Amino acid sequence: MASSIHFLDIKGKPLLSRDYKGDIPSSALEKFPLLIIEQEQSNNGVPILNDQGINYIYILHNNIYILALTKKNENVFSIMIYLSNLIKVLTNYFKNLEEESIRDNFVVIYELLDETMDFGIAQITDPKILKEYITQESHKLELLTSSNNNEMKQPPNALTNAISWRSEGIFYKKNEAFLDVVESINMTVNHNGQILMSEILGKIKIKSQLSGMPDLRLGLNEKFLNSAKESGNNASGRSGIELEDIKFHQCVRLSKFENEKIITFIPPDGEFDLMSYRILSPPLKPLFVINYKFQNHSNTRLEIFLKVRLNFKQKLTCQNLEIFIPVPDDIDSPKFQTVKGNLKYLPESSCIRWKFKSCNGGKEYAMLCELLLPSTLDAKNLEIFKKKPIKFSFNIPYFTTSGLQVKYLRINEPKLNYQSYPWVRYITQSGDHFEYRV
Amino acid sequence: MTSLEKRLKKIFGAPRKGETFELRSGLVSQYADERKDSIKRVIAAMTVGKDVSSLFPDVLKNISTHDLEQKKLVYLYLMNYAKTNPELCILAVNTFVQDTEDPNPLVRALAIRTMGCIRVDKIVDYMEIPLNRTLTDDNPYVRKTAAICVAKLFDLNKEICLENGFLDILLKLVDDSNPMVVANAISALLEIQSSNTNDFLGGKFLKIDDKILKKLLMTLNECTEWGRITILTALSEFTSTSSEDASHIIDRVTPQLQHENPAVVLASIKTILKHFENLQSKAQTEAILKKLSAPLISLLSTPPEIQYVALRNIRIILEKYPNLLSRELRVFFVKYNDPAYLKLEKIEILVRLSNDANAALLLSELKEYSMEIDTDFVKRSVRAIGQVAIKLQKSSKLAVDILYDLLTTRTSYVINEGIIVLQNILRRYPEAFVTTIIPIIADLSIDDLDEPESISSYVWIVGQYCKSIPHLDLKLQQIISNYYDIDPAIQLAILSCIVKINLVKPSKDSQQYLQTILNLSTQQVEDADVRDKSYIYWRMLSANDSELSKSIILKKLPILNSTIEKIPTTLLNELIDELSTLSSVYHEPSEMFIEADAKAKSKNYILDTKENSKIEDLQRMAKNEIVNNAVKAENLLDFDDDDEYEGFDDANSSSNTNHTGNNNNNGVSSNVDVLDELNDLFAGLSSGPTVATNNNNNNNNNNINNNNTINFNNAGGNDTTKKTNEDLLSLF
Repeated sequence: MASSIHFLDIKGKPLLSRDYKGDIPSSALEKFPLLIIEQEQSNNGVPILNDQGINYIYILHNNIYILALTKKNENVFSIMIYLSNLIKVLTNYFKNLEEESIRDNFVVIYELLDETMDFGIAQITDPKILKEYITQESHKLELLTSSNNNEMKQPPNALTNAISWRSEGIFYKKNEAFLDVVESINMTVNHNGQILMSEILGKIKIKSQLSGMPDLRLGLNEKFLNSAKESGNNASGRSGIELEDIKFHQCVRLSKFENEKIITFIPPDGEFDLMSYRILSPPLKPLFVINYKFQNHSNTRLEIFLKVRLNFKQKLTCQNLEIFIPVPDDIDSPKFQTVKGNLKYLPESSCIRWKFKSCNGGKEYAMLCELLLPSTLDAKNLEIFKKKPIKFSFNIPYFTTSGLQVKYLRINEPKLNYQSYPWVRYITQSGDHFEYRV
Repeated sequence: MTSLEKRLKKIFGAPRKGETFELRSGLVSQYADERKDSIKRVIAAMTVGKDVSSLFPDVLKNISTHDLEQKKLVYLYLMNYAKTNPELCILAVNTFVQDTEDPNPLVRALAIRTMGCIRVDKIVDYMEIPLNRTLTDDNPYVRKTAAICVAKLFDLNKEICLENGFLDILLKLVDDSNPMVVANAISALLEIQSSNTNDFLGGKFLKIDDKILKKLLMTLNECTEWGRITILTALSEFTSTSSEDASHIIDRVTPQLQHENPAVVLASIKTILKHFENLQSKAQTEAILKKLSAPLISLLSTPPEIQYVALRNIRIILEKYPNLLSRELRVFFVKYNDPAYLKLEKIEILVRLSNDANAALLLSELKEYSMEIDTDFVKRSVRAIGQVAIKLQKSSKLAVDILYDLLTTRTSYVINEGIIVLQNILRRYPEAFVTTIIPIIADLSIDDLDEPESISSYVWIVGQYCKSIPHLDLKLQQIISNYYDIDPAIQLAILSCIVKINLVKPSKDSQQYLQTILNLSTQQVEDADVRDKSYIYWRMLSANDSELSKSIILKKLPILNSTIEKIPTTLLNELIDELSTLSSVYHEPSEMFIEADAKAKSKNYILDTKENSKIEDLQRMAKNEIVNNAVKAENLLDFDDDDEYEGFDDANSSSNTNHTGNNNNNGVSSNVDVLDELNDLFAGLSSGPTVATNNNNNNNNNNINNNNTINFNNAGGNDTTKKTNEDLLSLF
């Protein structure tokens, strides 16, 4: 796939490089800063470019460019996915992937680069397995044991097994599995209160603390699975839900699901996402009904009025509701009035945050904000402000929008035969794009 | 204590000794931890780009160690600087060979992996034994690493690799019991095959027969995500011979569409589409196509960079199977914080998905985009509205109304783009929207526009619809005011426009302008095209046959069917096979951007693949045209010859106005493109007849010469200078 992988800072200065094939001159990397500027100007910043037969493929993450170079007509999609998985692995190792952590951890990064990719061919990018034999404290451990060669790290069997995600010999005193059904809603509502786009991105997360090699079988409610069955063949599900593109963790036996619609798997240890699904255009009402007005007093003073009604059942509680109301850049002395919630001006993102700890469905709240516009107000600033949508962020526990229910989770470990306890939680939350255009 | 002293010395010591010196003394220190610390610092220096190659011998001294981490660091250093000290590398060989016998499989694998990465000729000679050993190792982790090492060796020295039979071993590894080893063996084979022809490999390449196919399909369910991609790639390069085979492969690959790794999903889609062609049952193909839509959409729940690649691929697939995602329009709606390149690419998909059912929704969304701030995005959105209007007749009214609204807001770049769109709409629906569009044009002065393409469009509309435009003479005066200084593309447009007006709605002023323009063009303008065109007009007009001129100039234009760019068929078929590769992103065959590939294919072939489709299409069109005109051509009058030529030229010139300076853009219909090139083709073809009719032309010229006056449509003769006449003659 890739000839070399590089980490560069935002200006294009190299931080760390690993050359796998040696077929690309170092001058190619030196040109990169110029090329990204050019690309930004002439090609809208498309993250793939070709210069003198060398292809640059990059992802920008936390102000770091992660760049792959190649001379061949390679599978660029895989390279991109590899880069993004590499970011995940490194984030998993250092919490934050940024300039500082790259400098501090160069030894481990080199090791990881060697283990995740060999001669440009991706090998393994599962952080759980990598962590079993590439550890940050490795040298401390080995100093103590270096006299005894037998205790040196071995490649985990799981690495090359058919079940590459779980090692043998895991043991827990108390065998438990925690299931979280998390549904994120993305919604775009236009200024008339009509839904332009809505989707539910669902995930079933599992935290497994189970001994041995347990075989699990997950039962979901019929209605839900049926709609999945139909989306493949028949256009619209009859239940009104259209379940699309279910994706499973690699541990799920895909052919079993394809043929019998049964979800069976041997789980990795610890936390992982078992499956994800998407429901397009679910029959939803807008969760919030808003009334938004603003008045511009001759470009010096601005009044923003917002009324929000929580348009769902009273017994449901919405937690950590945050409403981000855009304002122009560089405003001055904002004043707020409201009955409930906490209002704060966030200058770095040019918006006002209206925050509620928790509130129940059916309620209605209003706020009024008065602020002074900067004296050097230009039209563009105002124009951008008018286009910005109001954003929502929230979560509603004990509730799934799609109606998905977990019926059972059967845990069967043939050798150990232990008692085990599955726990299930449901939560609905806002996705990255929960926006009201105004 | 001594170590402490040394450290203190390091801190307070004289700086003149330099960092390299310090590192060197650290590397040969008697204390293991100090040596290791120094190696780390050497690597740190290497990472930030300092040249520490002079420490090579000292680092090398630390190679035999049981500390795995230190070993890794030394190996890393070796890989980086082997080239600077090829001789000294030999010293490391012994350790490598020993390490491949180490009881710890991690060490064995590390040794063979590193050995392959030391790209020094000498080391190749020592690789045979350790590579043979590790390829048959008991531990699969070592075997899978050794498999890739064969590809590395092949890259370094093909002959040795072949002589020692490593390719045979690699082919055997395809049947290994461990899925990861199988996957890596195939990766290595694909890597080797990608850069070498089969002849060279002496038939030692991956031939997928029934047995291997079975093995691959079995392994597909067992190996890691990356292994799956490799196997899917191999499957997509394999051509299934029978319908049963194809259907079997598709059945086994389909479950992979639900894999969480998007790259596996796209590789599966690619494989399915490849074998899909061989299926016989229609019902089956329909069912399979339906299954693809959801996985395609799922590729979009990724970071923007990856989404972009996915969108470029989706565009190719849509081009081939246009109805695949027709229900999924909303997914492609632009998000507020999408990067610019993603927004633009999404619009490309949106216009291709538009149909009568979703047009209203799409148009209101596009209107929303057109009121954004980012200039390029707004322009593209306005253009998209036009594309939808032209594609879908039923929604054209709505689209034109939206454009009307937008144009009355009068932001300059919206107007500039809008005019081009309006011209295209008039080309598609010559009558329907005249009452809406003409008032916009009437209200607009040429000074409101600043882009050549927009001005050309504006001038074209004025010329074409001159009857309906109020205060025409005033408009004309504005249009020609800067004639000498403007862009040649606009000059051409103005020429056509003014000639048209004088045929349709001549007035005293307009004739005056025509004369001025013709004089300017023939005498002062430097652009050859403008000069030629004005000579041609001049000569035609001086024929004094207004009916004939009208039939030439006011010829009905072909109707535009679409302004959405299409990928030519041959290229499309090639790109479908290249899904997920760089080709799929650039929308070009690999030899266009990769030197090696270009060399590999002969020049002829490049011509074939690149131009083939276009040329084929052109030839077909040209043939039809010739057949159609054959009857006329039989009794050619001298002017008929010109007539045809002029006719084309006119069509061509108006299309020129249509897309000057925008050749690589989307607003251009392929139709127009073809006409353009057809004209070129005809220029070549007609060289024969031109010579043949030269005499006649000359005669005619003499007539003009004798008269010494050129008449414009019977309306007041104008004397021309002798010089002009001579110029005119020299033309023929």
